[in-house]
Amino acid sequence: MLTKLTGGTVYDPMHGANGDVRDIWIEDGRIVAPRPGARVDQEYGLKGRVVMAGAIDPHTHIGGGKMTIARMMLPEDHAGSSVAATELTRAGCGHAVPSTLTAGYHYAEMGYTACFEPAMLPANARQAHMEMGDTPMVDKGAFVMLGSDDFFLRLLAERRDFALIKDYIAWTMHAAQALAVKVVNPGGISAFKFNQRMLDLDERHVHYGVTPRDIILTLARGLKDLGVAHPLHLHGCNLGVPGNVDTTIATIEAAEGVPIHLTHIQFHSYGTEGDMKFSSGAPRVAELVNRHKNVSIDIGQVMFGQTCTASGDSMKQYGNTKSAHPKKWVVMDIECDAGCGVVPMRYKDKSFVNALQWAIGLETFLLVDDPWRIFLTTDHPNGAPFYTYPHLIRLLMDRAFRAEQLSRIHPAAAAASVLGSLTREYSLYEIAIMTRAGPARSLGLADRGHLGPGASADITVYEDDHNRERMFEKPALVFKNGELIVKAGRIVKVVQGATHVMRPDYDKGVEKDLASYFSRYHTVAMENFRLADDEIIDGDKGSIIVQPCGARVS
Amino acid sequence: MRSWPWRSARGIVDHAAGSSIHHNIRILQSRGWVMSTLTETRNRADLLIVLGTTLRDTNPGFWSRIGSPAEAMFLAADETRTVVLIGDGLDATEVAGARIGDVVTLQCPDDRIGDVLGALRARLKGAQIAERELAGVTLAGIDGLAARIAKARYGVIAWAPGALPAATADLTIERATELIKDLSRAQRFAGLALGGAEGATTAVGVCTWQSGYPLRVSYESGAPDYDPDRNAIDRCLAEGEGDLLIWTASISPDIVPPATTLPLIVLGTPGLALDRPADVFIPVGTPGLDHKGRMIRVDGVVSLPLKAVTNAGLPRVADVAAAIKAAL
Repeated sequence: MLTKLTGGTVYDPMHGANGDVRDIWIEDGRIVAPRPGARVDQEYGLKGRVVMAGAIDPHTHIGGGKMTIARMMLPEDHAGSSVAATELTRAGCGHAVPSTLTAGYHYAEMGYTACFEPAMLPANARQAHMEMGDTPMVDKGAFVMLGSDDFFLRLLAERRDFALIKDYIAWTMHAAQALAVKVVNPGGISAFKFNQRMLDLDERHVHYGVTPRDIILTLARGLKDLGVAHPLHLHGCNLGVPGNVDTTIATIEAAEGVPIHLTHIQFHSYGTEGDMKFSSGAPRVAELVNRHKNVSIDIGQVMFGQTCTASGDSMKQYGNTKSAHPKKWVVMDIECDAGCGVVPMRYKDKSFVNALQWAIGLETFLLVDDPWRIFLTTDHPNGAPFYTYPHLIRLLMDRAFRAEQLSRIHPAAAAASVLGSLTREYSLYEIAIMTRAGPARSLGLADRGHLGPGASADITVYEDDHNRERMFEKPALVFKNGELIVKAGRIVKVVQGATHVMRPDYDKGVEKDLASYFSRYHTVAMENFRLADDEIIDGDKGSIIVQPCGARVS
Repeated sequence: MRSWPWRSARGIVDHAAGSSIHHNIRILQSRGWVMSTLTETRNRADLLIVLGTTLRDTNPGFWSRIGSPAEAMFLAADETRTVVLIGDGLDATEVAGARIGDVVTLQCPDDRIGDVLGALRARLKGAQIAERELAGVTLAGIDGLAARIAKARYGVIAWAPGALPAATADLTIERATELIKDLSRAQRFAGLALGGAEGATTAVGVCTWQSGYPLRVSYESGAPDYDPDRNAIDRCLAEGEGDLLIWTASISPDIVPPATTLPLIVLGTPGLALDRPADVFIPVGTPGLDHKGRMIRVDGVVSLPLKAVTNAGLPRVADVAAAIKAAL
């Protein structure tokens, strides 16, 4: 079957297409080279419409234990946003912490075709994949958490061979069916179990004696040597703590040029100036990011309203419980593996701190020059639910709108921010980089995020509306693997996306250490810890795409 | 266009253990908590406080596998952990193992455990208590426990909601979890909710991520509607609501439907011992025996793969449900 999308205005940064009027040809789910003269089975006239690859969210908490804890804890979140089943779609609900099905449908209706869960605990990987399996429409994948697990910390403390540590990183990616690796408050989740309440970059873990700097460098270098495309996905020390901008700057410098991705950097860009002892560190961070080409970031933009924060960072989330709204929260120590903290939060535009958080995120967006190294996220649902993305895009693309929104926030926060002086407006080309090409390249998704021949035909078509919020809220057409799945912002066909993984080489010798560790200390055998492919490929539900990994260097 | 395809089959989803599950859920939804998991407890806890049970009936492997493992990562080779049992008629000899040190029993009626925890919380905050004895526990006993708590590196309070008296279970659990929160300001303490048989934890998990709610969900309108009191199946049956009971029992042959005069469809294992014949009985396989499956463990974090070990040709509950849906 040959499909032709005719005459759209195409933004495809991977191939330099910046508003070029061109046709796109699709056959068997893939984009193919133009076939002039060939018999076209289906044609869509897209004159005047904007065409981009399907959007990719590289950091969204869509599946895994802490989201289900949040869903369970917050029935009031779902009340009033229940969704009935239709002939096509299943029932669900949800505002900040939607049910899996509703999240999948909603993402597709916004033109997203791939979403990545950034904080999968190895011990919870099976459940995370079950939840992602129940998230229809979009491709997915997950970053597995390392760095506070006792096996890793023991290897590091015992100064075991770096090759063995790399084998363990790779083994964990295989076992948990992961695409990338994340570290959260490096060593800090473990330190909290020993009653440490803070672990700065060069502070020693009270039991293991290692520092976050050791952990970050080991993991970042390990991933680079293993050939894993996405650099270490780093949730740094001191999340949400005023003054943490110094830690963030020290962390960037600590990487010594090794690629790292600093996630939800907004939450790590706080100074201590001013009467409130809370100020924006965004200009300093952005300036450093601009100079360090090895660094990429996503924002974790805060938007006003009720949401729920959910993080592996049990240590810092425990500290945040004092701001819980409503006043209930969960903190967990998990399986000698990691932890979590789930704290509902209401960001208010009339709160100085919340308003400045909002401004800090936007400042970072506007001050970082290279859109290839910055990704558009709210760290769903930590900064805001994902469906605020169209509003966020308008804030970035429309100065007048931004100025109007700025005038509504706490005046002292507006005065403390440089946001009002920033005139930059993102172009559609830059938005396409930040929401498609950039994440795809960073995650190593060879056939996603672009519109060249060979790419999976995940394509989103928008009306070119000057109100960019309206435009991005409700795409005209969304194609997944060449099939039309959304029309005028409504689902017309339900599909099941694939799960993307990456599988670096490792020496199976590491399993000798692991099998012994599991039998001595764990409550699950090593064999049962590992997820088999057929747990994801379950009947007609789910499939696995193994993305190409670079060669291991040592 | 029809708004949804199952207009003829509205229903409520609950679990046989729905009532005991909801003791925990109510505390989670009103206050939240600090919790641990089995592996963390096994390797780290130096003080284990267990409420209203010795866990013999609900979690028979607990003491050998979690309470007294040969090795614990953060206990010295010869270090033991202290166990405190609070409740009525608890037999300390059921708590045994090389890693178990002192086993202290605070004898009190099970419906007064919350009062004992309240007094403990008050004493830990330095409050005076006029009574020399509370619910049968001496003040010295409470202070003794307070002293052990103060010295603990990592304390765990465990309970099984189904083993607590229903009328006071919420209060008991809340007192425990709020005590843990108090202690967490300066030291490490965590809860461990046990029980969880018959796939209850799995049912809660899957129902939550698919619908948003932890069971007791009505689909009367086509959209999920959660009300843990109104949608309790035992209440519905007692008050004559509903016109059909569909009972799914794919694990233990002992979990039989509650007494009801409603028409009854059973998706059950062949050995299910029914009190009265079902109007329709569809034999189904057991996950981990007849077919593959996955089960979420009691601590709600780890899930286990279940393999098929026999091939009796029995269908999965999911297959039967899908076939019924297709036929509607």
